[in-house]
Amino acid sequence: MAEGQKDLQEFRAEVSAWMKANKPVATGFLLPQTFMEVGSEEQLDFLRKWQRKVYDAGYIGITWPEEYGGRGLPAVYQQIADQEMARHRVPIMFNVIGLGWAGPLILKDGTDAEKQKYLKRILTGEDIWCQGFSEPDHGSDLGNAQTSAVREGDEYIINGSKIWTTFGNYSKYMILLARTNSETERKYDGLSFFLSPMDVPGITATPIKKISGEYGFTETFFDNARIPVSCLMGEEGQGWRVAMQTLQFERSAEGGQATQYNSTRVTMDDLLLSLRNTHRDGQPLLEDPIVRDNLVKFLMEEKALGLSAARSQIPALCSDYPFAIPLSHKIRVTEFARRMRQYGISLQGAKGGLYVGDADAVEGGFWQRSYFNSFSSTIGGGTSQIQANIIGERVLGLPKS
Amino acid sequence: MTREMNYALSFSDEQAMIMKAAREFCRKQSPITAVREWVETENGFDGKLWDKMVELGWLGAAIPEEFGGVGLEIGSVVSIAENMGRYMFSTPFFSITLVAQAILRAGTEAQKKSWLPKIADGTIATIALLDNEDWGNDDITCSTTEENGKLVLKGAKWFVTDAGVSEFFIVSTKYQNTPALVIVTREQLAEDACTRQTLIDETKRAFKVDFSGVRVEKSELLDPAASEATLRDLKLIGALLVAAEATGSAAAALDTIVDYLKNRKQFDKLIGSYQALKHPTVEVLNQTENSRSFVYHAATILGEAPLDTDMEIACRMAKAQATETLLFAGDRAVQFHGGMGFTYECDAQLYIRRAQWSQQQFGDAYHHRKRLAPLLLD
Repeated sequence: MAEGQKDLQEFRAEVSAWMKANKPVATGFLLPQTFMEVGSEEQLDFLRKWQRKVYDAGYIGITWPEEYGGRGLPAVYQQIADQEMARHRVPIMFNVIGLGWAGPLILKDGTDAEKQKYLKRILTGEDIWCQGFSEPDHGSDLGNAQTSAVREGDEYIINGSKIWTTFGNYSKYMILLARTNSETERKYDGLSFFLSPMDVPGITATPIKKISGEYGFTETFFDNARIPVSCLMGEEGQGWRVAMQTLQFERSAEGGQATQYNSTRVTMDDLLLSLRNTHRDGQPLLEDPIVRDNLVKFLMEEKALGLSAARSQIPALCSDYPFAIPLSHKIRVTEFARRMRQYGISLQGAKGGLYVGDADAVEGGFWQRSYFNSFSSTIGGGTSQIQANIIGERVLGLPKS
Repeated sequence: MTREMNYALSFSDEQAMIMKAAREFCRKQSPITAVREWVETENGFDGKLWDKMVELGWLGAAIPEEFGGVGLEIGSVVSIAENMGRYMFSTPFFSITLVAQAILRAGTEAQKKSWLPKIADGTIATIALLDNEDWGNDDITCSTTEENGKLVLKGAKWFVTDAGVSEFFIVSTKYQNTPALVIVTREQLAEDACTRQTLIDETKRAFKVDFSGVRVEKSELLDPAASEATLRDLKLIGALLVAAEATGSAAAALDTIVDYLKNRKQFDKLIGSYQALKHPTVEVLNQTENSRSFVYHAATILGEAPLDTDMEIACRMAKAQATETLLFAGDRAVQFHGGMGFTYECDAQLYIRRAQWSQQQFGDAYHHRKRLAPLLLD
């Protein structure tokens, strides 16, 4: 066995042993499955301490340089750590916008001062980050964002509102897309990108109640909020380019994340386990031929996702459209999750009509809540319909819609 | 808990070279104009190209060197099959590949020495598996009995591909109440034994072959101990080869759609800008990518040994995915070409016809999912 392979195996065993030994036992309250579902102080407090513990053990930020709190190791080590976290089903690494989007962005395009100031505190969980891209009137049409940033001396004055701000009420910083010029010929050229503080007067974050009945996002209002000019990332007018780079990280189309372990997996194994004792027509549900056929289809889809990820590492087998697999990752993974969870409810019989809070709900209403929350991924980060446009245009070269 | 899934996928530099060569060869030798000419011919392919394939070593690709072949594993043949599908290049390649697999897996040493070098050298042969329309019935109706020390066959086989040009056949038959495989040569057949079937995919050739009354020596039986397992494996390998070919054909259908969507204008706009066409086209792409992943996963794990459960799962998933994908791609290729798509002249017809043919070969998608269910759910 090659020396490198041996190191990786040893590393995997080490992470696995640590996760097994340190996996938190019952918390007494429901933990979020994804980072978009953190709705209470006690959940946040718990997740923050947990992330710190994992960081101190050396299992996030592994690829980031040592001077910024990382370990400077190849990406494969982080992949292994992420796989082991998923396998052991430990709580998620919650500070996702810092760890997965803003962090890699700052690492790639930030100044040394920005790297020194922000990166390590993202890893430790001391600074929580949020994202201010979407607006109430501009979701998929991000380039049309209207929140304004007007320069006055050493400050920008921000006015407007952002929506779907995950951690809006808990964050220290926001990656903010705002309009510094409303006169440009192309709407994109008037946008600028800021690493903005959240603890300045004039910023308020109001929690939004989701279809699941829980919290997890805010609408964030800017009323003459003043932030220092040093918050501008890049030049004025380059905001669109920086935002698009951020989305590359968000959609996992580009690497550099401190971890990608931001949701607990819900797999076909979980679904099958959940259905073992369910009956239909007086017979075990899993003996119904149509149910069996559908479940095999879902199992195939799950396997195809895993196989395609493996194939994307082999250029000779991706020669037709080299970007087809990475650029379609989001739509395939999130649409599968949504349909599979809904099917899970469909198979519960009359219990499918129960919800979180009912003593007889299957697994406490896990599948119902999980299905509702799955829309956060088929809508957030660019809807599936926008993703289909992107694949059609950038991968297949079809004309713009 | 379900079975632990196997996600192995690798591809060697040697396999990449074979793939590149196969793609170049098929692209150059099998332009769509030539495909349409071969459709009109009796045998459906060009014998000169067959000779070139012999020179390239393709016919002996998965035959060991000691028997005159190149000595690769069956997985390496998959990329040749995919590229034949991409350029709609139909030859007896699939027939001879399965014959070689049958002999390798269940043949006696004498049979291997006698037949394998001939195949590598270009002799055409085929395999006769099906008794009727039902791929799911393992009870073989074609029977063999013993008379005066010889074997006598009774019954006809359907969908025997390339029978018109085959010099010998491997026939599945019931002998002493167990499945057996028998080698029959062309001269042992009655003169009117082969009846050409009119196939929906005009690039293919298949025949009803009546083996009734054929008498062969007992030495023409493949190893009875290995025959039942080999028969099962041949159906799985056949399914994989069809899946590989269908994946290539789906990619070709996708190219045809994309090309039209980028050039055709209606209401002063390129029709590819309409999401009603764009989004299903993206779905064709995503499904094709899934097909390719299944096919090369199966290619990664298949070897010379009898197929284990992971390999069975891999072949069945590849077949179920790839031919469903091609059905969708062919169907949309016709629809998205509008009135042109309804004509014989438009290439979309080649793909929609191929799709109907491929879906049934070696069992349709439901056939395979039904057999996956106990492996995955119970």
